[in-house]
Amino acid sequence: MDYRNEVRNFIMENLSIDDDNVSFTDDDNYFELRFVNSLFAMKLVNFVEQKFDIEVDNDELDIKNFSTVNNIVALINKKKKTE
Amino acid sequence: MGEKKEIKCVVWDLDNTIWDGILLESDDVQLKPGIKEIIETLDSRGILHSIASKNEYDLAMSKLKEFGLDDYFLYPEIHWDAKSISLERIQKNINIGMDTILFVDDQEFELAEVKNAHESVNCLNANEYQTLLSDPRLNPRFITVDSARRRKMYQDDYKRKQAEEEFSGPSEKFLASLNMKFSISDTQEEDLRRAEELTVRTNQLNATGKTFSYDELNELRQSENYKLLICELEDKFGSYGKIGLALINMSEDYWRLEMMLMSCRVVSRGVGTVLLNYIMKEAKRNNKRLLADFRDTGRNRMMQICFRFAGFKEKSSDGNGNYVLEHDLENIQDFPDYIEISTNVKW
Repeated sequence: MDYRNEVRNFIMENLSIDDDNVSFTDDDNYFELRFVNSLFAMKLVNFVEQKFDIEVDNDELDIKNFSTVNNIVALINKKKKTE
Repeated sequence: MGEKKEIKCVVWDLDNTIWDGILLESDDVQLKPGIKEIIETLDSRGILHSIASKNEYDLAMSKLKEFGLDDYFLYPEIHWDAKSISLERIQKNINIGMDTILFVDDQEFELAEVKNAHESVNCLNANEYQTLLSDPRLNPRFITVDSARRRKMYQDDYKRKQAEEEFSGPSEKFLASLNMKFSISDTQEEDLRRAEELTVRTNQLNATGKTFSYDELNELRQSENYKLLICELEDKFGSYGKIGLALINMSEDYWRLEMMLMSCRVVSRGVGTVLLNYIMKEAKRNNKRLLADFRDTGRNRMMQICFRFAGFKEKSSDGNGNYVLEHDLENIQDFPDYIEISTNVKW
């Protein structure tokens, strides 16, 4: 199953992007693009856990796992597989 | 009502509670003797006030204004809905626990209705209002600068919320429009009460949940081996007060962050990691390794995420929720552009 659209929508809704025309691909790192703050990080982790019913372990709370749409989707797929 | 838990907000009825008489029947109501002093004194102790009254809003507010009391009440609920609903709205708006609210009303029915819906709320019959000032639950151990201006800070917050709702652009632009100033300083003696209060009141953004007393903090503050940093945030609406604290144990080759907390009031302002970033930069500049204590308190996952997303990795764990984290200090985020940072720290 592909969780991509839901992840993408959440990020678009919650990022504080200054310019409405800015676009990013599923591989762009929005943390590096500096669109985010710590509240966003918290919301993002909560969203992923609640929406897809998984529990992210402490050692998976790596910014890398959350920094692009593709990485989040990969994390969800990995968690779903090991369940 | 055996246990003694601190009350953060008193919610008042109006007719026959704050004043004698019923406003809708006669405009000529009189304040109860001493009530104004009670409200003012509690306010100066950092205890908030609100209203749950079945009345006409405009009429009641202009009467309060006439008495010089209108400014004291946050999120007043003046209408004809059930008071249990009013209490729920006040609790959500101020964002405190129901068990930290005291509801004062002259009618047993209203007290019972509220208590029935909210078991943990504290209730007092208005005929006992003279006991309020000596009630231990309304006598905080310390009254800090921040507690004395707590109401003002909530009122500023209300203005911020209005401004944010009216602002239609992206949130980073809104943040930029606030002209935020974040200062990091060595903790002074006059900061200690507030510092103690922060260790007790802060839950979500608190790395260890460890509380410190005034005396302990005073000792640490003056110790050569420790650095106790305190932060303040202000914006164009006013000061948020002292909102962050960090304790660094400085040894020969590493620094260890033994306490790190940030008030929940500022979490939506994107300043959560500013203090952490500052400490990382300083550790790097001084060629020290940087360790941080973290204890899983069940309420502080947001802090865990802050640390991990900032690049801290687990170094060791005792299996009981106590961790030591370490940062390699290679990639340190810059401070957000929308905050002006100033420091007054002697390293």
